[in-house]
Amino acid sequence: MIRTTVGGRAMKVIESKGVHYRELNREIRRLVAAGEDRLLLRGVNGQRYIGAGLRGTARLEIEGTAGNNLGAMMNGLSIYVHGNVQDGAGNTMSGGEIVVRGSAGDITGYAMRGGKILIQGNAGWRVGIHMKSREDQQAVLLIGGKAGDFLGEYMAGGTIVVLGLDIPLQQEREGANPLIGNYLASGMHGGTIYIRGRIPAWQIRGQVQSELTTPEESPQLRSWIEHFAAGLNLDCSALSREIFTYLTPQGARPYAHLYDHSA
Amino acid sequence: MVERRDDYHQCYEGKIRIPSGCAVAGFINKTGERVNGGTVAEMMALMHERSNGLGAGYAAYGIYPEYRRAYAFHLILADHRTREEVEAILARNFRITEEHEIPVRRTGRYKKAPLLWRYFCDPLRLDRDGALDELLLATTMRINRLAPRASVMSCGQDLGVFKGVGYPEEIAEFYRIDQYRGYSWIGHGRFPTNTPGWWGGAHPFSLGEIAVVHNGELSSYGTNKSVLENFGYEMSLRTDTEVMAYAIHYLRRQNMSWPLVAKVLAPPHWAELERMAEPERELAAALRRIYGGLLMNGPFSIIVAFHGGLMALNDRLKLRSLVAGTSGTDLYLASEEAAIRQVCPRAEEVWPLPGGEALICCAEEESACHVA
Amino acid sequence: MPRSLILPEFLVHRDEGRCTKCKACIRQCGFGVHAEEPDGRISANEQRCVNCQRCVVMCPVSALKVTANKEIGRENAYWSAERLREIWRQAESGGAILTSMGCDRNYPVYFDHLLLNASQVTNPSIDPLREPMEIRTFLGRKPEKLSIAGPPGEERLAGPLPPGVRLEMPVMFAAMSFGSISKNTVLALAKAAKQMGIMFNTGEGGMNPALGPFWDHMIVQVASGRFGVDSAYLEAGRIIEIKIGQGAKPGIGGHLPGEKVNEEIARTRGIPTGADAISPAPHHDIYSIEDLRQLIYTLKEATDYQKPVAVKIAAVHNVAAIASGIVRAGADIVVLDGLRGGTGAAPKMIRDHIGLPVELAIAVVDRRLREEGLREQVSLVAGGGIRSSADLLKVICLGADAAYLGTAALLALGCHLCQRCYTGKCSWGIATQDPSLTKRVDPEAGAERLVNLLTAWQHEIKEFMGAMGINALESLRGNRLQLRGVGLPQNELDQLGVKQAGEAM
Repeated sequence: MIRTTVGGRAMKVIESKGVHYRELNREIRRLVAAGEDRLLLRGVNGQRYIGAGLRGTARLEIEGTAGNNLGAMMNGLSIYVHGNVQDGAGNTMSGGEIVVRGSAGDITGYAMRGGKILIQGNAGWRVGIHMKSREDQQAVLLIGGKAGDFLGEYMAGGTIVVLGLDIPLQQEREGANPLIGNYLASGMHGGTIYIRGRIPAWQIRGQVQSELTTPEESPQLRSWIEHFAAGLNLDCSALSREIFTYLTPQGARPYAHLYDHSA
Repeated sequence: MVERRDDYHQCYEGKIRIPSGCAVAGFINKTGERVNGGTVAEMMALMHERSNGLGAGYAAYGIYPEYRRAYAFHLILADHRTREEVEAILARNFRITEEHEIPVRRTGRYKKAPLLWRYFCDPLRLDRDGALDELLLATTMRINRLAPRASVMSCGQDLGVFKGVGYPEEIAEFYRIDQYRGYSWIGHGRFPTNTPGWWGGAHPFSLGEIAVVHNGELSSYGTNKSVLENFGYEMSLRTDTEVMAYAIHYLRRQNMSWPLVAKVLAPPHWAELERMAEPERELAAALRRIYGGLLMNGPFSIIVAFHGGLMALNDRLKLRSLVAGTSGTDLYLASEEAAIRQVCPRAEEVWPLPGGEALICCAEEESACHVA
Repeated sequence: MPRSLILPEFLVHRDEGRCTKCKACIRQCGFGVHAEEPDGRISANEQRCVNCQRCVVMCPVSALKVTANKEIGRENAYWSAERLREIWRQAESGGAILTSMGCDRNYPVYFDHLLLNASQVTNPSIDPLREPMEIRTFLGRKPEKLSIAGPPGEERLAGPLPPGVRLEMPVMFAAMSFGSISKNTVLALAKAAKQMGIMFNTGEGGMNPALGPFWDHMIVQVASGRFGVDSAYLEAGRIIEIKIGQGAKPGIGGHLPGEKVNEEIARTRGIPTGADAISPAPHHDIYSIEDLRQLIYTLKEATDYQKPVAVKIAAVHNVAAIASGIVRAGADIVVLDGLRGGTGAAPKMIRDHIGLPVELAIAVVDRRLREEGLREQVSLVAGGGIRSSADLLKVICLGADAAYLGTAALLALGCHLCQRCYTGKCSWGIATQDPSLTKRVDPEAGAERLVNLLTAWQHEIKEFMGAMGINALESLRGNRLQLRGVGLPQNELDQLGVKQAGEAM
């Protein structure tokens, strides 16, 4: 075990290259339980389940590509990835924060019901599915680049923001918004989604209300952008006058009409 | 002696069922001194009433000192064509160093007895630990698939099983077992109920260094069978005892000591288990959790022979009788006390074995009996 | 709204001579059938009646009777009254018909074509009143080999066993979520499970804080909606069950109608009050078998390998191969939910036309796992339509380690199988969140009824085992030789792995 100093603070370093995930995660659990509050995982390449199920306030920094289900079911911890993450980051997480300097894979933030995920780059398909919230917990997913199809499917609560930093909103096919794929917000029945730019109706699958806003007009959106900029140390001030599409569910029961509920 | 009998009745009244079924007997000399098969045959003959002439057999240990290292395959074969098939199976994994018909007296109804063949073999290759057990298992299973045309009586080193249809004394006579000298013998007389009386169905059942004679019926057969099928065992011989032999073989392959094997076959009741002290309790509970499917349920008494020893075990409720007796360095086991008295009138101590508690007798010096 | 063409399904008969106008029926009916007319007469709106029998049972003077209304037109053996009603309903609503509980159609019931064995002479039957009869069992992964240390005579376990859970009898209460059933019902199940030394299952609705005292007997479920799944939830459960499918609705997602989503349920699930709680059809992090492995190991990592992970699937045609994959993916327990398994809400067509009876599912999975040498590594749990101790024993003989009881447990609490759980109006106070109805299930009294049921079954199980001459449950698991089929063709016997009655051992 080496101790190093990053940004003036002492960190424990775990050399992770070639270490099996089971061993790596056991060591992380042990150190977090022992009260270690800053860990640096060097040479990570595909190890899965890092931080899964952990609680507490420790900070984990990861150098390399984090494997599937990073921070799954986590409740606490802040994870900072200097690189990309594979699929399923923040799966079912209920608290804490995952910040990704690079891009994230499919299913990011699946069923998360609390905590925040910040992705500087792009996110894959089926991102932010079935996110939830309650009074004391808000799941928040902030994407700096763009996202694939099925974003926000079944959304029951929380917030998704897609910023499309540095992506021009030139509208290619039939006025498509390039920051998202098809079938946006299928079955959405709670929460809010902000996508930079306008969105043609056909890109949205859900029965949602769609309005336009700007960060200047919307203090809520503005605060998320500020949080994103601070978390990744970016300047997002150029976004303040950009138009965003703001989606909320039309009703809490999107599929009620499909069923005969009579007794 | 008389006192013991009284205790026995007091302790087990209400637990003993009407005696019926088979007869078992066993003998071992703890110093490895070898005796001929006449003794065990005489014990079996006394218990004639417990068999119905549909099966009997013997296993003897230490009978092939001149072939100690060879694996002695004793086979029951329908004809010479089957013998050729069996030889082809053997040849896959073994080099046959010597073969001949087992000497028998083909008189009377035994004129039509099947072909009984003996091979002494060396394994062709052994590349890792435990490989030999797997080899013997695979070969035996492959041959037994031909049943009823072919079945393996035994395949271990310096031991042999002799069995067939008949009363114990007829089978003893047929195989001339008084011509063999072994340090340990087990015998069986059968009263088959739910399997046809055929040569391969007689006891003992043997695989590797283990041979078993068994009195009783296993209600757990279906479960035991389905568990053993996971581990490459095939029940081709249509009798309960086959699962007993294979279960013991499997447990020994797991490097389990004899007392632990007994604890799997007849485990302590959960209530007893909870009264045990640690770490014994923890181990007993784990054995039951992991190997519960090999618990032998229903009435049984068994005598298991292995190199250098015998183990006798009754089911947990003691639904069958099994009696032990000692004289000097000799140990006798039999379904009935009288069988022991018959061959050893001056037995020093004779006692009934309790339910679920194994009697394990090992040679004083293992080298006395063991294959070097 | 145009007039409905559907005649009422049930008729309410009131004996005016007995009726004292006490209005108990008005108060008891969750569906608003009975009402007082301005002239003091009590009328019945039969269109609303679901035949749950609550008013009939509770009428203090036995003045009420509810019967099926068979008179809906000319009798037709092909176009049954039920089919006609379905068509008329859909013509009026345009919706898929919802229903609840398990498939009620007249498919073959294999349990009813299997007979158990008993001992006569060659091995003795055992008297369960006098001799020990052990029905304890364990669920969880088994190592291929037990590692033992120490010299002979002083052996001890060399290391910890994989996590396992002990059941004092081979049953558990099936997954029924807080939401589909009331909190009082969940509490009754939890209390009974604790008292009987078995497990209950939270279902997919998350964990109510009132369940604190029952964590040791709790299975927590992780379904595709992930309602209530967080680290505290995972830590609270003794077993974590991944729900892939349910026998009542294989291949389709969960659906708790908004009528039942009150504030407390919304809070537990993290969704808006009154919203339909929807679980997607698949887990969106499982699109393939290696993804299942990933979720299994996510849960194991998240709980430091301290809990067995179960995977529950609906029994479907390819169940044997799927189960083998589940074992290879690392599951410790495989749960097969058969065609008759219940539900709080499912589309009726799906419930009644997809799946496999659990008897066949267990038989083919047990056989396949054995052929692949995997059966001894895992536990197998049967669910879906276990009606009696006899069904339970039969399914154990077919290869199950234990069985889930869902419908049978609710019946013990008063359910009359009206199949209207999805309305949230359950007059018996079970499948409802209406506080005026939920108080009808008292957790203490309910637990006592459940304990009574299981105690009776325990005794029956012991009598069955005694008759078979078997005194430990482990000798019954997969013991198909204790079963014989009657009235089944050979290929069905082969699938069940059971011999024809009359054939010897």
